[in-house]
Amino acid sequence: MTTLTDRAKPVNRKPMTFLESIYLWNIFLGMIITIKHFFKKKATVQYPEQTRSYSPVFRGVQILNRDEEGRERCTACGLCALACPAEAITMEAAERMPGEEHLYREEKYAAKYEINMLRCIFCGFCEEACPKDAIYLSETHAPPAYNRKNFIYNKKDLLIPDPVTQPEEYAQAKGLREISKKNK
Amino acid sequence: MQDVVSIKDNHIVLPDGSIEKQTTTLNLGPTHPATHGVFQNILEMDGERIVSAKQTIGYIHRAFEKIAERRPLYQITPLTDRMNYCSSPINNIGWHTTCEKLLKIQTPKRVDYLRVIIMELARISDHLICNSVVGVDAGAFTGFLYVMQYRELIYEIYESICGSRLTTNIGRIGGFERNFTNVTWEKLERFLKEYPKALKELDDLLLRNRIFMERTIGAGPISAERALNYGFTGPNLRAAGVDYDVRVHSPYCSYQDFDFKVPVGSTGDCYDRFLVRDQEMWQSMKIIEQAYQKIQDFKGEEAEVYHADVPDYYLPEKKDVYTKMESLIWHFKIIMGEIDMPVGEVYHCVEGGNGELGFYLISDGGRTPYRLHFRRPCFIYYQAYEELVKGAMLSDAVITMSSLNLIAGEMDS
Repeated sequence: MTTLTDRAKPVNRKPMTFLESIYLWNIFLGMIITIKHFFKKKATVQYPEQTRSYSPVFRGVQILNRDEEGRERCTACGLCALACPAEAITMEAAERMPGEEHLYREEKYAAKYEINMLRCIFCGFCEEACPKDAIYLSETHAPPAYNRKNFIYNKKDLLIPDPVTQPEEYAQAKGLREISKKNK
Repeated sequence: MQDVVSIKDNHIVLPDGSIEKQTTTLNLGPTHPATHGVFQNILEMDGERIVSAKQTIGYIHRAFEKIAERRPLYQITPLTDRMNYCSSPINNIGWHTTCEKLLKIQTPKRVDYLRVIIMELARISDHLICNSVVGVDAGAFTGFLYVMQYRELIYEIYESICGSRLTTNIGRIGGFERNFTNVTWEKLERFLKEYPKALKELDDLLLRNRIFMERTIGAGPISAERALNYGFTGPNLRAAGVDYDVRVHSPYCSYQDFDFKVPVGSTGDCYDRFLVRDQEMWQSMKIIEQAYQKIQDFKGEEAEVYHADVPDYYLPEKKDVYTKMESLIWHFKIIMGEIDMPVGEVYHCVEGGNGELGFYLISDGGRTPYRLHFRRPCFIYYQAYEELVKGAMLSDAVITMSSLNLIAGEMDS
C-alpha cells in the first residue's frame, strides 16, 4: 500500500482467534461489562424533580430588560431585528411623551415589540446586537402553546417584572445573567 | 372480465400476466426508524437481496446557499450549525476560517489551539454517535447508552462557552465570543480523565465481539479506486485505504503543531469504517491533550487572548459600546453588515466529522457573499450508496447507511 503521508497507521484488523469465536465466551465478556454498570453511579437526572443547572450564558427565551428604576431600556433602534438571521423580530417605535419618563429610559421606545418564537433559532445575536442591554436570552425555555398565535410573543410576554414593585420576580427572571456580563 | 382469483384443485390460481415482476419494491424511508434522518431509498428487493436502490434527496432542503446570499458573513454561522448537527462547531469554525481566509486575518496561536480543542471534541462526539449507532443497528443497544453521557459532557462544554448545546453558533470571525471559563476547563479535565475509560468499554463491547465482527465484516465494501472516483473523503475514504486527511495535507488552525496519526483501513467495509472512527477518537484525545498542554504554557497577556484583533468584523466590547461613541458606531456598522468585503474567491476546507467540509465563497465586494457553496461530504457518500448495497441483504443496507455516517441535514443543506 502506498501512502500519501508518513502518518498513516493501519488499523488492527486481525482475524478472530479461537477464543473470540466462541459464542458463549463473548456473551460472558459482554455481561461482565453490563453487570458492572449495575453498581455504578446513575447518570440519569430525574427531571422534573431534579434539574441540572444551566450555564450562566445559556441561550433560552428572550427577556426585555428594565433598568434599576423599572424603566424599559429598549429604545427601538432595530438592531436586534436587523441582526436576527431568522427574521423573527418586528418592532414599532414611538416617541416618549412628557410625563412618561418613569416608564421609558430614552426619548424613543418600542410601542410594539414582537418575537415569533416559531421562527426564533435562539442564536443569541439579538443579545449581542443590543447596544442598550435591553434584550437578553434567559435560562428558561419557551413554554409550549396550543396554537400558532400564542407563539408570537409581544411586549407583555417578554418584559421582565418591575424591580421596584416586584423585586422577587425580577431577581428570579434575571437569573445568573449578571455574572456572565462580568465575565465578558 | 376474467375472475381475479380462481381456485382449482384447492390451489389458488392467478390470472396470466398478473405478476408483472419478480421483485418487490420497498420504501426504506423517508421516515423509517432505521434510517436516522429523512432519507428515502426505493429498493428493488429479490427476497432479502437488494437488486437496485434509488435514492431520493431533498426532503429537508432549506436553501442555505441561497439564504446565505442575502446575509452578512456573521449571520451565516447559524446556517452552518444545521448542516452536520452532530458536529456543528466544526462547521461554525470552518466557516469562520473561510471568512478569515477571504479577509486575510491572522489568528493568534491561542485562538487556534482553543479552536482545535473544540473541533476535536466535536469530532469525538460525531464519531461517538456514528460508532455507537452502528452498534445499535447491529443489535447492540447497550454501548450506545454508556457513551451517551460523554457526549452530554461535550455538550456541556459547548454550553459553558456559547450557551447552547446542539446548534452551537460557537465562535465569531476572528476567534471566540468569550474566553473559556474555569468551568469549561474543569469540565474538559474531567472529560480527559474519564472519557478514555468509556471509550475502552465501547471497544471491549464491540471491537472484537464475534457477533459484531461477523455482522460488519464485508458489509458495504468499497475499493479505494471507486471511493476516490466518487469523491469520498474523511473516515470513509481512509477506511478504503487512502490516508487523506485535510488536517495533514493542508493544515488550518495550526494543526501542523500537533502530533497525531492517520488511521487507515484496507477494504472499506463497515468494520473498517468502525475501526477507523474508533482510532480517530483516540487520536483526537491525543490532540486535545497536546492542545490543552500548549494553552497552559501561555503566560501573561497571551494567556487571555481569545480573539484576533479584527475591528472591522469582531464586535467591540459591550462596556465600550454602552459608554463610548466610537465603539457604538463600529458596533452598529458591524451588526448592520455595512462593511464591504474584499473582492475575491476562496475555497477553504476543514476536516469535518465525516469528511472534507468545504466552503466555496465568491465575493463581488458587497456586504453579502455573491455565491456560497458548501461542499457537503454526506451528499457525495449518498451517491455511492446504491453501489455499496447492491446485492447485499436489507439489514446490511441499514448498517451501511449508519456506518457511512449519513446525516440528512448535511446532505440537503
